Amino acid sequence: MAQCQLAFDFRFYDFQTKNMKLTLKIWRQKNAAAEGKIVEYPIDHIEPDMSFLEMLDILNDELIMKGDEPVAFDHDCREGICGMCSLYINGEAHGPDRGVTTCQLHMRMFKDGDTIFIEPFRAKAFPVIKDLVVDRSSFDRIQHAGGFISVNTSGNTIDANTIPVNKKDADDAFDAAACIGCGACVATCKNSSAMLFVAAKVSQYALLPQGRIEATDRVLNMVSQMDAEGFGNCTNTGACEVECPKGISLENIARMNREYMSASLKG
Amino acid sequence: MAKSALLKSSIAKKVAMALSGLFLMLFLAQHFFINMTSVFNSDTFNSISHFMGNNPLVQYVIQPILVLGVIFHFTMGIVLEFKNNSARPISYAKNNGAANSSWASRNMIISGAVVLAFILLHFYDFWIPEMVYKYVDVNPLNETRYFSELVHKFESPVRTAIYCVSFLLLSLHLWHGFNSSFQSVGFNNKYSRSLHKLGYTFAIVVPFGFIFIALFHHFNH
Repeated sequence: MAQCQLAFDFRFYDFQTKNMKLTLKIWRQKNAAAEGKIVEYPIDHIEPDMSFLEMLDILNDELIMKGDEPVAFDHDCREGICGMCSLYINGEAHGPDRGVTTCQLHMRMFKDGDTIFIEPFRAKAFPVIKDLVVDRSSFDRIQHAGGFISVNTSGNTIDANTIPVNKKDADDAFDAAACIGCGACVATCKNSSAMLFVAAKVSQYALLPQGRIEATDRVLNMVSQMDAEGFGNCTNTGACEVECPKGISLENIARMNREYMSASLKG
Repeated sequence: MAKSALLKSSIAKKVAMALSGLFLMLFLAQHFFINMTSVFNSDTFNSISHFMGNNPLVQYVIQPILVLGVIFHFTMGIVLEFKNNSARPISYAKNNGAANSSWASRNMIISGAVVLAFILLHFYDFWIPEMVYKYVDVNPLNETRYFSELVHKFESPVRTAIYCVSFLLLSLHLWHGFNSSFQSVGFNNKYSRSLHKLGYTFAIVVPFGFIFIALFHHFNH
């Protein structure tokens, strides 16, 4: 008997309900210095095909119409590639779906009548600016500490393709480079560790000949900056790998550990 | 790089934690094999215990390293737990940890605390009396006392029950700790899947083997 493979996962689709009624419990905080609290908002007429951010747009429209302050949240491309959107939804970074950012999370992942907790990414190194918006510039400072290669851009730059790279290394470097720096790894880690992010940035260069030249300084400086920012230490729970919207592997953390210890002994 | 910076770094602490854990697992494995001989042959158990208790290398080199290893492992575990907790001053109102990680991996401090309490009891039961016997009272060598001392400890149902519960928690600690220690020292490659299976086997066989030994002596003597 011929078997039919469905491209769409219908397990999560509630065909009966086109308009979902939900209760949102959202973290509201006026500014960085203010005390925050969870505020409850009932919301109706939400369609399963809406994205999570569209649902929040509707809530904000309603709040504005009522004269209330809309909920502040981060977003930019809404295509799952910029790493700007965040949100800790029902106890998971970027919500219950896998391999997606919040902008690519759809309301079909929830059921009519659900209560949804929406909180900012929590970490000392990610202070809340307002409501659900957090300051992730600690990631920028880690990048500045070594997440680059120094090349002469005076016009004599050699084409990267002229340098042979082992296929496996090229693939692994590309996988590591898929990290969009959203911070889900930090948010989901019980220790607020940034090691998956830093490991991805270290790995994407460490695996390529162009990156080897500054590899020692890079890993030492980036880890040192990571520690200075106040992130916790990795205890290998693997939660970051599961929640990462880009599927960054724990292999990168093992590689960073090797790189770091070897660089420390050299230095 | 300054050595002080290395010692303070998160990765160095993580690697040190893993290395001490690996050393303690090696110790646990040899302890398990020696204790298992008590089930089959009391003479074999006595002679191996006598060797371990009187060999200068074991007594004056390996034993102090072991004690330091235990102290280092739990001290570092507690230090890292406090540091990691301080990295998130405000907790989530709703957190679904079970969605992405095992209970064992998230609660190493709980299983570790129970194992530490057990180690203290174990020191009180065996190690301190042994030190007093040999180095304080300076008793003459007796190659046949070990088996009877072991059996005597498992006469009490309460102590036997405490041992069994502690080993269940040790099993959970090893369930995550074995594979985590290899990941921390940078071992993650094509052999990792096989290593994970070995880790889970170790986490079941060794603690449950110890439970078997405790129950065997409790019910047979």
